[in-house]
Amino acid sequence: MRKPVEQIEEATILFAGDSGDGSQTIGTQMTETTALIGNDVATLPDYPAEIRAPAGSLAGVSGFQLHFSSEQIHTPGDLCDVLVAMNPAALKVHLQKLKPNGILIVNIDNFARRSLRLAGYEANPLEDGTVAKYQVFPVELTRLTRKALENTDLTTREIDRCKNFFALGMILWLYNRPMDYTMRWVKTKFATKPQYVEANILALRAGNIYCEATEQFAVSYDVKPAVFEPGTYRNIEGNMATVLGLIAASHQAGLPLVYGSYPITPASDILHGLAQYRNFGVITMQMEDEIAAVGVAIGAAFSGALGVTGSSGPGLALKSEAINLAMIAELPLVICNIQRAGPSTGMPTKTEQSDLLQMFYGRNGESPIPIVAPSRPYDCFESVYEACRIAVKYRTPVIFLSDLYIGMGAEPWKIPKLSELPEIKADFAGRDQAHGNGFEPYQRDPETLARPWAKPGTPGLEHRIGGLEKSDITGHVSYDAENHQRMVEIRAEKVARVANDLPPTEVFGAQEGDILLLGWGGTYGAIRTAVEQCVQEGLSIAHVHLRHLNPFPNDLVGILKRFKRVLIPELNTGQLRQLIRSTYLIDAIGFNKVQGQPFHVFELQFKIDEILKELGHF
Amino acid sequence: MKRERTSRIPVGVPTLSKKDFESDQDTRWCPGCGDYSILAQTQRIMPELGIPRENIVFISGIGCSSRFPYYMNTYGFHTIHGRAPTIASGVKMANPDLSVWVITGDGDALSIGGNHFIHAMRRNFDINVLLFNNRIYGLTKGQYSPTSEQGKKTTSTPLGSLETPFNPISLALASGATFVARSLDRDPDHLRLMIKSAFEHKGTSFIEIYQNCNIFNDGTFFQYTEKDTKADNTVFLEHGEPLVFGAERDKGIRLNGFQPEVVETTNGDYATDDLIVHDQYTEDTTLANFLAGMSDTLDMPHPVGIFRSVRHPCYEDAMTHQIDSAKDRGGEGDLEALLNAGETWTVS
Repeated sequence: MRKPVEQIEEATILFAGDSGDGSQTIGTQMTETTALIGNDVATLPDYPAEIRAPAGSLAGVSGFQLHFSSEQIHTPGDLCDVLVAMNPAALKVHLQKLKPNGILIVNIDNFARRSLRLAGYEANPLEDGTVAKYQVFPVELTRLTRKALENTDLTTREIDRCKNFFALGMILWLYNRPMDYTMRWVKTKFATKPQYVEANILALRAGNIYCEATEQFAVSYDVKPAVFEPGTYRNIEGNMATVLGLIAASHQAGLPLVYGSYPITPASDILHGLAQYRNFGVITMQMEDEIAAVGVAIGAAFSGALGVTGSSGPGLALKSEAINLAMIAELPLVICNIQRAGPSTGMPTKTEQSDLLQMFYGRNGESPIPIVAPSRPYDCFESVYEACRIAVKYRTPVIFLSDLYIGMGAEPWKIPKLSELPEIKADFAGRDQAHGNGFEPYQRDPETLARPWAKPGTPGLEHRIGGLEKSDITGHVSYDAENHQRMVEIRAEKVARVANDLPPTEVFGAQEGDILLLGWGGTYGAIRTAVEQCVQEGLSIAHVHLRHLNPFPNDLVGILKRFKRVLIPELNTGQLRQLIRSTYLIDAIGFNKVQGQPFHVFELQFKIDEILKELGHF
Repeated sequence: MKRERTSRIPVGVPTLSKKDFESDQDTRWCPGCGDYSILAQTQRIMPELGIPRENIVFISGIGCSSRFPYYMNTYGFHTIHGRAPTIASGVKMANPDLSVWVITGDGDALSIGGNHFIHAMRRNFDINVLLFNNRIYGLTKGQYSPTSEQGKKTTSTPLGSLETPFNPISLALASGATFVARSLDRDPDHLRLMIKSAFEHKGTSFIEIYQNCNIFNDGTFFQYTEKDTKADNTVFLEHGEPLVFGAERDKGIRLNGFQPEVVETTNGDYATDDLIVHDQYTEDTTLANFLAGMSDTLDMPHPVGIFRSVRHPCYEDAMTHQIDSAKDRGGEGDLEALLNAGETWTVS
């Protein structure tokens, strides 16, 4: 007899184990499967910097959190309904994230005394009351996987590497998800190794049948599809959306894409992603260092290509002199900064938003550069496309300021139609722009103040640019005092005019009233969820999320002034707040967290309650 | 010199003169600087290369030599310290039809830009790198450079430099450069020949040019460049010819074990047949390295000319090939299909 199925609205699952246990793989499989069914999903990979930290150690625990729902969701969830702990270390690191009475699945075969000791447990936590408030399902994952695969030709070591698929089979059963997506994936992934295809599918099925057959699991759950706008969807990670946005911009602008980069977490996936698309004419160059990586992008831009470089905070520090060169030479350039937790090497696999002021100010002299920040994984597509549009239109470097949380998180994306993409016009100078005095490389467009983009190979436009201050109009080297001031002002005004292109700022929730939560970047999901709940309770609270951080939208100041309090939650010590306060003389309140982890929704709600109390609402 | 390039001259390119390559900017190097000669020879040889002016790009870093692009009436980019090879690589990659020239100095290329220099050499873009070596920092007023002699007293080393200098030729060879040459600011004919040879070489061409800084390091190379001492202190490399030198052409370089040895060819002990015969086209770098090392050895003449010239695939051609074959295999990229790739679902 089929076991009963309980309908639920949403669930959060956390897969955790050693970094070699394949938690990321099965987390991704569950994400793809549940997205294909039509749930809204959001994910949070949380893994160590070491490729293989000592087995069983706390440092080596790799986790993948996945939240799916029949409603629209914006975060990977605060606490989990299910924790799959492949060893005691995973249990120790992640147990605090499991809801009371949550489902705890542990691989009991890994709970021998040595593993317990490695995780710092004096006694077995499964026996000493540590897990008393949860529904515990001890499973002999290792033994059962070996049993299921005993007739294959694989070595025990190879068999043991399939046990994550046994666990995945269990979770697919528990949430009534089909196995076919994963089967297709396994067949493609191991196309040249049929023995692995067979083994992983055997393990997957065995896990699934195990749950159906044993009495351990009495109920399974189902989460109905969410209601989405009509359209075609796919699941996408932020860095992959960045890859597609860059290719789309290159395609729509008719410019070859040249991407210079140097491997760095968490930006390398953009390099890997773009390198797959040579058939789109995409040129990726892995250079000798961060400076060379931006150097080739600047050279390519001078030659008339869409020059792009990508890195994370430490790389941006190295690139800053070259970015400044592109700024004064007024060449289009897009710089992707996928932020991680700093300073210095910091915590490379953890998220943070602490490079904002570095991007604003981290260059010598007066060096204004537009900054565009995506708010969620799929938004990387539109935001990086927008960065390219600004760079080309205004002939300026533009910083695309993403972060690890967005870059490595995934969610469903409504695939845009090509006809919906904004125009990007390269508009190169032609030989008709050469006249009596020769070509004037700093004769600007009166509306945008952009200077002509005259690429080598165009007869009659031979000219010289460089990092020395240039004379207005002619572009000759100039040390003239008045000219320098004029050029500094023109460059600032050019960037300020980017704001004239921006659409009206969206205010979610109350249009005026008590509290405006102002955010940017990867905090979108947590802020929006917190504000949605307040709005449902009828509170006068709103959310504005900035995509454009430099320049700010022209209508922002008016919006800020319509609220009694402006609360700026950030994963730094108050960088946007500092900019808002100094720009608009508004006494914005900060809510700041620098732990390498995203906000929990409840943290924001506590802060909102505190402000409401102070406003006399309770 | 083997001419490797045949199709560079587009039909109908008007004949240009030196004047066409002079920009309207006043040249601002110190009077008597070796850079003037290098600029003049470059402007003189450009018309002979047979390429339209608009297809030529000069890219420089920082330093006295790096002002060079401002004086050439071509496309030019005066960039930042040490990074010119990276920007030149990007220019060439985005448009392989351009003739790209990097102008650099000993500090720019070998100190702050050392990393880019070695990697540019091994990547083998079809670009040309002219290194003006004056063994000093001129623009910053006379500090020692990575090619300054050990013990050199300068503003920053009043008691003498402690460092062993780089040999730029050895460094380029060790980095896998496919064309490596040396020339002299005070030998216009040879300099033009080297610049032309560098242009004709398909791949990264590197020329070290001994250049006099008459303000901060006057005469550092005079024994190799001045009329009365040059012949006895330099040996001009000619492919297929023995290494003969000297005012009377009576001296040569012989291999003694693994060491170079200067011998006289007229006193009966040795004949020209005993001398090393230069081979610039050999794939093996032993000879080129051996010749490069001669300038590290006291009392040895410095070789001048082409040390090595071999044909290897160029980065930009290999990249273009990857792109073309990816298009052949998978078809020209279809953006609509790319966005809709993988597992998708439709909500209606």
